[in-house]
Amino acid sequence: MSAAQELARAPEPARSGSVEVERFNFWYGATQALFDIDLSIPPSAVTALIGPSGCGKSTFLRSINRLNELIPGAHGSGEIRLDGENIYERGMDVVTLRQRVGMVFQRWNPFPKSIYDNVAYGPRINVRPKRADLDAIVESALRRAALWDEVRDRLRDSALTLSGGQQQRLCIARALANEPEVLLLDEPASALDPIATQKIEELIYELKRELTIVIVTHNLQQAARISDRTAFFYLGKLVEVGETQRLFTSPRGDQTEAYITGRFG
Amino acid sequence: MSVALSSTGRQGGSTKRLMRRRIASVVMVSLTCVAAAIAVVPLIAILGYLLRKGAASLSLSFFTHMPAPVGEPGGGMANAIIGTLVLIGIAATVGLPVGIGAGLYLAEQRGSRLANLVRYLADVLNGLPSIVMGIFAWEFLVRPFGHFSALAGGAAIGAMMIPLVTRTTEEMVCTVPQSLREAALALGYPRWRTSLQIVLRTALGGIVTGVLVAVARVAGETAPLLFTAFGNQFWSLKLTQPIAALPLQIYVYANSAYDDWHAQAWAGATVLIGLVLVISVIARLVTRARFGGGHD
Repeated sequence: MSAAQELARAPEPARSGSVEVERFNFWYGATQALFDIDLSIPPSAVTALIGPSGCGKSTFLRSINRLNELIPGAHGSGEIRLDGENIYERGMDVVTLRQRVGMVFQRWNPFPKSIYDNVAYGPRINVRPKRADLDAIVESALRRAALWDEVRDRLRDSALTLSGGQQQRLCIARALANEPEVLLLDEPASALDPIATQKIEELIYELKRELTIVIVTHNLQQAARISDRTAFFYLGKLVEVGETQRLFTSPRGDQTEAYITGRFG
Repeated sequence: MSVALSSTGRQGGSTKRLMRRRIASVVMVSLTCVAAAIAVVPLIAILGYLLRKGAASLSLSFFTHMPAPVGEPGGGMANAIIGTLVLIGIAATVGLPVGIGAGLYLAEQRGSRLANLVRYLADVLNGLPSIVMGIFAWEFLVRPFGHFSALAGGAAIGAMMIPLVTRTTEEMVCTVPQSLREAALALGYPRWRTSLQIVLRTALGGIVTGVLVAVARVAGETAPLLFTAFGNQFWSLKLTQPIAALPLQIYVYANSAYDDWHAQAWAGATVLIGLVLVISVIARLVTRARFGGGHD
């Protein structure tokens, strides 16, 4: 499978990780959660999604790897294109999609297994590497997640023995081991202390050179610190999107200004 | 509480009410204590009586020897003990894959109409009298072949295990946090692989407990074996032939007219209870290792 996959992928010219969203709507049953979202997410940059709770940020994020489909009655319309390919197209294999679009959740969720096995989980079934290759993949993923030095001597220990911040970085390493083009982060630091948060932020800054990052955050300072572009969602609509610095210093919409100055939300 | 206390200081009427409440409380606590004691008494009484009656005939040879002819002292139930283990093995082979598979389906397809129907049917199956299960197995596994067999007996009690295992598996799988499923799916795991490798494995400790409880439950079943496994006075491990089983042996011996057979029946009952007890204790230990450990 891996050889065939490599062959199939090799001729593809653009695997840059750009995401284009066009007139995307999403419903949970009869309740519409997203309205006509148009958004362009550039590769090799951090795009922050901000907005009050329940405004559809997470729904939107989980639409990019089609994880929302697990909820009965959930459905969408419109297009989300990954490298020009509509991910809601009939022929799109959701398993392949999720290998290309990694995700890290608010509450870290390592498997109750060893540190090594957690990172090896994706590659083991997706590329089926040899033992030595797998070791290299695991090490490289842990290094990229800035966790290697802390866990190199205890790879066989349970992942649950790590601290919260370490577990979250392990989840990032686990996602990176799949070599995704896009990394979705759903409030990755909201349950972490300031030091651990800072480590995650530095990590995001490092990683954006290699892949597209989309981060949902409730922390406006964090969005301002780490993102290149910011999108403000309100009541399921995309109100405003632009360069982070511009959006925070001279917001165009009244709602945007009210939100970032703390008048609501 | 604090309201009641502060008002008692002021009025005599509420002091009376407080007294009444205290009396009611004491009465209720005593009643529940008595009920709890009554619930435990039969178990202790049975165990004590069994040990007193059974211990006399219980010896090493009971486990290693074949039944002795009438009038001859000694002898054991080696064939029945092994037979019961064989039957449990067959039952597990039948009941576990189906039960675990069905439980996984019920948990992962929660809310679908078919799942609700299956859950309901599993509950009905659970309430089915065990003799009915025996008749059913006789009709389909004994009559067509023309003779009783260990396979038919094992299948009958295996079918009884299915609903038990199904419901425990479902409950255990439901306790696996959704975030673990999402983690696996987000890594590009297909749903079937997520269910088998992540969900089922995480729930395994609890499922093992449920399986052991189900085994303990069917190990003592007599009715479904009466006209399937049938029993056997001789040593036989052939799956297509009648096989001895502890409950059957006890049934036959207890109904006999001979005193030494009665004694043997008591010893058999003690062994059977011991077997069930051991399985239950293992189940407890597995559960504790799974849920009592210091994991996050």
